[in-house]
Amino acid sequence: MRFTLRIWRQRDRDDTGAMVSYPVDHVSPDMSFLEMLDVLNEELVRRGEEPVAFDHDCREGICGACGMMINGMAHGPQRATTACQLSMRHFADGDTITVEPWRARPFGVIKDLVVDRSAFDRIIASGGYVSVPAGSAPDAHALPVSTSSAEASFEAAVCIGCGACVAACPNGSAMLFTAAKATHLGLLPQGQPERYVRAAEMVRTHDELGFGGCTSMGECTAVCPKSIPLDVISRLNRDLLHGQP
Amino acid sequence: MAVTGAVLLVFVVTHMLANLKIFVGATALDGYGRWLHSLAEPALGHDGFVWIARVVLLLCVALHITAAVQLTRRAHRARPFRYRHRRPVLGGYAARTMRWGGVVIALFVVYHVLDMTVGVLNPNGIAGQDYRDITASFGRWYAAAFTMIAVLALGPHIRHGLCGALRSLGVPIGRGRRVVDAVAIGVAVTVTAGFLSVPLAVLTGMVR
Amino acid sequence: MLKTDKTFYVDGLSIADGKAPSGPIESRWGRRESEVRLVSPANKRRLTVIVVGTGLAGSSAAATLAELGYRVVSFCYQDSPRRAHSIAAQGGINAAKNYRNDGDSVWRLCHDTVKGGDFRSRESNVYRLAEISSRIIDHCVAQGVPFAREYGGLLDTRSFGGAQVSRTFYARGQTGQQLLLGAYQAMAKQIGAGKVRQYPRTEMLDLIVVDGRARGVVTRDLVTGEVITYLADAVVLATGGYGNVFHLSTNAKGCNATAIWRAHRRGALFANPCYTQIHPTCIPVSNDHQCKLTLMSESLRNDGRVWVPTRARDPRSPDRIPEGERDYFLERTYPRFGNLVPRDIASRAVKRVCDSGRGVGPGGRGVYLDFADALDRLGRASIQAKYGNLFQMYQRITGDDPCCVPMRIYPAVHYTMGGLWVDYDLHSTIPGLFVIGEANFSDHGANRLGASALMQGLADGYFVLPNTIGDYLADAPFEEVDLDHPAVTATESEVRGRIAALLAVDGDRTVEEFHRELGQLMWDHCGMERTDRGLRSALARIPALREEYWQRVKVPSGGRRFNQELEKAGRVADFLELAELMCVDALHRTESCGSHFRTESQTDDGEARRDDTNFGYVAAWEYAGVGRPPVLHREELGFSYFEPTQRSYQ
Repeated sequence: MRFTLRIWRQRDRDDTGAMVSYPVDHVSPDMSFLEMLDVLNEELVRRGEEPVAFDHDCREGICGACGMMINGMAHGPQRATTACQLSMRHFADGDTITVEPWRARPFGVIKDLVVDRSAFDRIIASGGYVSVPAGSAPDAHALPVSTSSAEASFEAAVCIGCGACVAACPNGSAMLFTAAKATHLGLLPQGQPERYVRAAEMVRTHDELGFGGCTSMGECTAVCPKSIPLDVISRLNRDLLHGQP
Repeated sequence: MAVTGAVLLVFVVTHMLANLKIFVGATALDGYGRWLHSLAEPALGHDGFVWIARVVLLLCVALHITAAVQLTRRAHRARPFRYRHRRPVLGGYAARTMRWGGVVIALFVVYHVLDMTVGVLNPNGIAGQDYRDITASFGRWYAAAFTMIAVLALGPHIRHGLCGALRSLGVPIGRGRRVVDAVAIGVAVTVTAGFLSVPLAVLTGMVR
Repeated sequence: MLKTDKTFYVDGLSIADGKAPSGPIESRWGRRESEVRLVSPANKRRLTVIVVGTGLAGSSAAATLAELGYRVVSFCYQDSPRRAHSIAAQGGINAAKNYRNDGDSVWRLCHDTVKGGDFRSRESNVYRLAEISSRIIDHCVAQGVPFAREYGGLLDTRSFGGAQVSRTFYARGQTGQQLLLGAYQAMAKQIGAGKVRQYPRTEMLDLIVVDGRARGVVTRDLVTGEVITYLADAVVLATGGYGNVFHLSTNAKGCNATAIWRAHRRGALFANPCYTQIHPTCIPVSNDHQCKLTLMSESLRNDGRVWVPTRARDPRSPDRIPEGERDYFLERTYPRFGNLVPRDIASRAVKRVCDSGRGVGPGGRGVYLDFADALDRLGRASIQAKYGNLFQMYQRITGDDPCCVPMRIYPAVHYTMGGLWVDYDLHSTIPGLFVIGEANFSDHGANRLGASALMQGLADGYFVLPNTIGDYLADAPFEEVDLDHPAVTATESEVRGRIAALLAVDGDRTVEEFHRELGQLMWDHCGMERTDRGLRSALARIPALREEYWQRVKVPSGGRRFNQELEKAGRVADFLELAELMCVDALHRTESCGSHFRTESQTDDGEARRDDTNFGYVAAWEYAGVGRPPVLHREELGFSYFEPTQRSYQ
């Protein structure tokens, strides 16, 4: 297979950046999207050109490092799939594919397709945890958890923090990410003592960091590689309202 | 947003139901108007209730618009660079048209108040003659058309607004999502149809 | 038995674990805990500990040290600490809870682990690990890790390879992710409180040793390219394993050995480098440009049956092959454990049937893992609930649905049991340098059991290191060191020199090409089966490849900016040195044990034959210079509780 890639190239944070086209040849349909970029990069290095920078690590859809807009869709056209697991068999031979970095003010572009997502870490640091110092826990069976709570909590806990929700949201909101964490902990008995403070603090940090507000567009959940449901946002809002004096 | 929206929705539904009295006849409609103005008269005096309602509604409209403007500005700040290639938003027509639909509705409300309440833009414009005001106004095709456009914008606005409001108020929809969606569509369609019926009736001559 | 050839290495003095406790095995850890010297809260506030790496071990250690009151500085090369590769662990975490009442105990977990490791680990360490396992589950549950539950609300468990009890706790196929998020969140709380300073996108490039003590690290800021030194009172390495020496492995692309290799070059001994685990159930290679192999959790072997056609090169599709013409070779050879034999045994069995021409799929490098029986027995819904996400992942990569077509699997490099040598306190041979998690040589001997890596990483980080490090830090304050200290500036300029040298080559071959070549070499000669001849040819080839690397590698210019090729180039340069040590270790150990299978040393039925008399030791290697024969220090392993026997799972 062969493709034409239109890729956003930006030298560093201060560069204005531009779209550049590259042909890639000899792509096997079994390759992942990132393996195709590897092929392009090796070629660029050989030619003495600057390879395309992109974040990636585990290449099995769990670390959340990779992420880019592929033809205007976060992580590309395949539902519930990260860019690293997106296989080229989903594209037609000869396609032109546009590749851009996540766009949001709190996610500054570092280089090409690499963006700074440390804002997510700040949201977690402001409350996305259960305070329990090592060694202080009671026996694991001291608190039974119904399977339904455990399942619902798990559904939210699978968030990989990739940032696709922000990239896709027309408002540039990180509500799905924030709510997924708050819901994961808020649905478990262990998360109860800090539940309302957690929700309030995380949302306060979210807003301070410059993310947009949620207007229930549902783009986030549509592109989420882990299919986190929009309901986590309802749960977060409930905790927020409850926490208000 | 959710709370002011809810208040406005209650008003809109009441308003729509009241409008339907036009099909009963002029006496029924004008009588309803008189009754409304005299509501709680012993306690609040003539027009007292109406003025309270107007103030509350105006406040809601102002807060609703302020919140919308704030959200929009936050959204623009959060994404100062646009994508070169952007697939249309999946969220559906209703979700996509909230902002522009809102602007259309707001402009219409201003016109509508000047037309029907204040009466300065109404060919008849006599207080208490609600039936004549309506037929006179919608007798002009462009007034009826503007009204119908605004009402068509209102439908999706209600539909998405209702779901969004539930979410903002913390109601997880979960498996009931289809039911909630159906209810929202039902309310939206009913309100739209109810409001559309009046100008259509006037235009087609069913009501004159 | 072949005679050990000594031209590849030099014999050194034997070493001993100076902190190894004696007395009854049950009370050893308790005693050590009460004997370690304490640091007062007022002093802890003045002491800085650097933790490199943010996987299970690193995050949990950073969080716990900060909870205790130390000032912690944490580094990771990823853009967020939450992305460390522990996140990809699928199957579960072992703990001797005996919630099932199936006869499990600390003793039995210890026994299974020592036996699974083919009697090449320290029994005291393993016992401690088994003892702590229970508290890990308690702690993680309290953190909000959403483990799988039964309908009564209690924790569910499943079985893993090498065990006959059900002691593996899990969170669907994402146990590593959930445990790591727990540890990451605990650390995030400390970051928010200002007690941990965390530097993402920062890679450790060297260790600073001042007057024999580890006192800091030289790092490169991967965004700006700046070389920056951080000083501390102790350094903890939690930088994971070195499976990426093989190029194709289940490790993340960024996983590397640079931190431990640089520490090794500064004097830390490297133990058992040849013990690398090959995981039997991975998705087979599909194309030449593949850069990564994907694991399918071992838990699948609970319900999946492994088979190949009885006839070699059978062209029929699996559904056309009748039951009588299928060879369920694991069940046939190992009736007692069946499909749940330990990883090393399963991998070799798979390799053997493929070598005999009975492999399936492209190139015959694969066997079937079939869920048809389980689907009949338990129903599709139940199988989906257990393995849904794994099936999805498989389907996404291969395009096949495992509910309709049997999975195809093949072994791949997965974990490295070897690592920096540490004593019972997890203290390396450089005072002040501690090594935890996969980065140390630790508790798994010559083969790790499934679901034990998560257990070990968290045991080290939450419970062992935070206690034992106090014994060292009780001697603080140490000599004042500042950034102008000659040892600091010398190390810094070495790091700068190395970066400049890599950039200066400006050759004609990419880093990836060299890495691929090294990986193939290692897979062929230092992989699942090792021979004297193969290892010698690898040892002849590696130095030449390394030399070529420094003459022909092409790295795009720019040390002072974001340069992913440069990052990779530094890592591969270190792999090219480490690979040689791995081969030396594999060549010197003429016995077979666990994952280390020497063709020359096998039983009549093709199992690994240990040689306890000559090799019942940990091989701890001392660095002697690039291309110079390393020095071997032996640590004899004594077993007073678990008598070494020939491992049998038949």
